[in-house]
Amino acid sequence: MSNITNQSLSEILESIKSKKISSLELTQAYIKNIENAKKLNSFVTTTFDQALDNAKKFDNKPNNEQLLSGIPLAVKDLFCTENVKTTAGSNILNNFIPSYESTVTKNLWNNGAFLLGKLNCDEFAMGSSNETSFFGNVINPVGDHLVPGGSSGGSSSALAADLTPATIGTDTGGSIRQPASFTGTVGLKPTYGLCSRWGIVAFASSLDQAGPMTKTVNDCSIMLEAMSGFDEKDSTSINKKKETYSKNLKDNIKGLKIGIPKEYRVDNMPKEIDELWEKGKKILKDLGAQLIDISLPHTKYALPTYYIVAPAEASSNLARYDGVRYGYRSQKGKDLIEMYENTRSEGFGDEVKRRILIGTYVLSSGYYDAYYLKAQKVRQLIKKDFDECFMKVDAILTPSTPSSAFKIGEKTNDPVSMYLNDIFTVPVNLAGLPALSLPAGLDKQGYPLGLQLIGKALDEQKILNIGYAFEKNCGYKNEIKKWWS
Amino acid sequence: MSLDKEKIKHVAKLARISVDEAKVDSLTKDLNSIFKFIEQLNELNTDKVEPLTSILNQSLRSRKDEISDGKIREKILKNSPKKNEEFFVVPKVVE
Repeated sequence: MSNITNQSLSEILESIKSKKISSLELTQAYIKNIENAKKLNSFVTTTFDQALDNAKKFDNKPNNEQLLSGIPLAVKDLFCTENVKTTAGSNILNNFIPSYESTVTKNLWNNGAFLLGKLNCDEFAMGSSNETSFFGNVINPVGDHLVPGGSSGGSSSALAADLTPATIGTDTGGSIRQPASFTGTVGLKPTYGLCSRWGIVAFASSLDQAGPMTKTVNDCSIMLEAMSGFDEKDSTSINKKKETYSKNLKDNIKGLKIGIPKEYRVDNMPKEIDELWEKGKKILKDLGAQLIDISLPHTKYALPTYYIVAPAEASSNLARYDGVRYGYRSQKGKDLIEMYENTRSEGFGDEVKRRILIGTYVLSSGYYDAYYLKAQKVRQLIKKDFDECFMKVDAILTPSTPSSAFKIGEKTNDPVSMYLNDIFTVPVNLAGLPALSLPAGLDKQGYPLGLQLIGKALDEQKILNIGYAFEKNCGYKNEIKKWWS
Repeated sequence: MSLDKEKIKHVAKLARISVDEAKVDSLTKDLNSIFKFIEQLNELNTDKVEPLTSILNQSLRSRKDEISDGKIREKILKNSPKKNEEFFVVPKVVE
């Protein structure tokens, strides 16, 4: 079974269940791939011994009734893993070993999977290119000079390079969907509250959501089913019956109404993105869906709103890194205050510091109403735009990103141009909605491009179904050459 | 509005982050370009709009005020950069 690792998760699960391959053989195959792919820098920590032990345990007593029976998985290093270093891509957590497991990863392990390693990401998930990580930038398997997107860049890179059969990321403003789009993979940001935030290093608590990143839509439904669910330990977790997304996956989308928002055609957008969008519309129309022109008039204000709300919440969340209870502590400073200041200055990278300063400023006395309150009001308008459209349509189709993967270093000196990369993904986080990024084509340089399906709150099944039908008819094939090994 | 260097140093003080003097200029430039971008929001009249404080249509759950764990002092102290057997240790704060 030399090519097992380039198969989809569902194919691999079949092979495990029919005993074509053992969990140990599978795990060894991934370990070999990972060892040959150090150039990509997608891993911060590997847990090979632990994974091999778990694989052997599974093979000795296989339980094939689980969603992820015998599957090794690497996860973004933002999920706390018990007794395994969890860094969030930051120097300030470089020595942090959690004594607890995040709910989402625990759900995966309870469904039969086990940990293969921790994946690189932008520091505290703040970035769109994986260039802000303390552990160095990650490389996109699509090309050695390209970013893999961010912040879940280690996840997208590892998945596209066959270093893990599926993975999970977190999405605060596009951090699952944009890297999925840049690497030709599938990424889902679930409805806010569907997956527990407990044990995930916090960035912006009203926006953060964990979600699956996979090779196919079917894989995505399996992973979502495994990781989601009510959790008492997250006060914003939605208490509802668990869904069986994979079993209910259907490719009949006849009669569904798909909204096409005119505001997602932005200035200077490459012609190829427009053409891709047209192609997506045609595929859905040919499958019997009805296309409806809609308007989301406040789209343009989503990014400025996000760059108030997210840094404000981040400045508050990141106040906990003080060098006292865990993490890095500076040895410089003559008193407690100086110790705090030096710890945070040495422990955080430039982008994180920038965002803490923005957040502190917009929340500071005298400026709160002008910035934070204003942003909360505009957030309301953005949500209302979606609410009104969803009275008329079942889902919304847009491009995932305004460009394909950009070059390493291309945007690092201009924060605003970096932020603009999330222009199509951020509105969804502000409105708390689910959205799926699907690989849909290549640009003329041969780099992957994605389309995004936005659904109503808790309507994951519908966007997965549309995605499933789309995938079957799109003809997209990811053919990445393994130049790194 | 624009942020000057003094304002940035003050905010950094509030955020407990020491700012390297050599980096203040580039930080000022970056933050001003970000705020220029953010201030597009001023084009909108939001006088009659209710702020959105929670995206969920449910209020936060409350739980009984009961102890659900405990006796994990060792676990909690384990990751501390400086500690003794029972406490986190910080630089002296009282003379």
